[in-house]
Amino acid sequence: MAIRRGRGMAAINYPTGMNLGGDPTQALVHSTPTGNFMVTLSSVDLGQGMKQIMAQICAETIGVPTDRVIIDTADTDTGPHCMGTFASRGTHRAGNAVIQAAKEARQVMLEVAAEELEVNASDLETDGQGNIQVKGAPQKSISIFDVALSAHFKRGRSISGRGMFLIPRSYPEKETGAMKPSTCYAHACTVAEVEVDDETGEVTVLTVKNVFEIGRALNPKMVEQQLVGGSWMGISHALYETTEPYYPNRDHGGTDFNQYLMPGPGDLAETEIIVLERPSADGPFGAKGPGEMCANPQIPAVANAVFDAVGVRIDTLPITPERILRALKAQAAG
Amino acid sequence: MAKVPVQFTLNGSEKAEFVESGATLLHALRDKIGDTSPKGGCHQGTCGACSVIIDGELRLSCLTLAETCGGADIKTTAGLAEGGVLHPLQRAFLDAFATQCGFCTPGMIMAAKVLLDRTPNPSREDVVEALSGNICRCTGYEPIIQAVLIAARANSQNAA
Repeated sequence: MAIRRGRGMAAINYPTGMNLGGDPTQALVHSTPTGNFMVTLSSVDLGQGMKQIMAQICAETIGVPTDRVIIDTADTDTGPHCMGTFASRGTHRAGNAVIQAAKEARQVMLEVAAEELEVNASDLETDGQGNIQVKGAPQKSISIFDVALSAHFKRGRSISGRGMFLIPRSYPEKETGAMKPSTCYAHACTVAEVEVDDETGEVTVLTVKNVFEIGRALNPKMVEQQLVGGSWMGISHALYETTEPYYPNRDHGGTDFNQYLMPGPGDLAETEIIVLERPSADGPFGAKGPGEMCANPQIPAVANAVFDAVGVRIDTLPITPERILRALKAQAAG
Repeated sequence: MAKVPVQFTLNGSEKAEFVESGATLLHALRDKIGDTSPKGGCHQGTCGACSVIIDGELRLSCLTLAETCGGADIKTTAGLAEGGVLHPLQRAFLDAFATQCGFCTPGMIMAAKVLLDRTPNPSREDVVEALSGNICRCTGYEPIIQAVLIAARANSQNAA
């Protein structure tokens, strides 16, 4: 009986969004009288930072500081249509819709500014600080605050835009079965090192080294926190979490946090995160969906590491001490 | 059911409420007084989201009867900021990106505050031990551990 060490590797690719009845998200953008921009969505921020990312995307497209953008989300009765925040689709689908809406709003904003400055709208640019100026002659400028006031009280214009992003439903070709059920793949690779006690079946994860290819990281610190949390969650799926340990028998299923196990702060593996940015062709500013994919490669990597350590293939999750001991027993019985 | 009068200090202010006999402190704080910083996660003492500080001790407000808190000095995360300036722990949680959905954050901060009040220069192991009664679903804990260590360093620099 001994503690045995093993190393396992796994690589995945992971799609963004889904292919049920088509995958749409809509967005509306309008300016307030003081030149702030309101983005209305039905998409939800679950804590992954969707509001921040949508504010960045809108601000970058219109050409204003991020703090001039207000995000209003998640009233599905009254908001523009969104399929929801799932399938790692929020940044990609809603972001593309926000870009389209913000472009239309920007165009109206430049048209009003052009009337105020008595120039052609195509000669105008934003300075990113809240002003619109003539290209090559920045001394001829007007604040977006004044443009909004003019639009609302003088020119009778609505500085607003509509955005719609739709991935249509893909049906399989009758002859070949070929189809395009998903778009915009992110990629990841994990190497996990484990110790397995072949007497108790306990697995200790020593290190988890992850590389994630997630398109462009629109907010690098928020991407990192998502990936660090996701890596932990992947280990949790691999070794701890289940509601049905003896599926399909519901007996002995966890009913609360006493029985539904997750690794705590004392169970953390040494974790490394490397981000590769390869901007996607159809994502907002090159982004892909990093959400769900980041919790996937750890699972097969740990399964492979357990095999490397003690020579048994566990093909049911989570990889519990009981399953390892049963497999070792079966292996010994030959 | 008979209601019971209870008076205590919450974040420096005197509070007086009538609570139902058997009601939890979590219920009194959230539904009677309106301090929603303690969160109701599991309501059975396993997740730590409802943690508050009672007379300097870390307590689970979901397992504490409100009527037992007469005369107590209770602190919650809602009372940490002073004059609009965030407490060093709150600042560190922001700077270290130690929150995502935020549901566990007030309980984590309470647990960390009790640690730092007693152990101003904790080791990583001290922090892990102090947070081990609190569940987080989003962060993987590492950013939270780092935030507590950052806050401890900020405190010791201010004290020096």
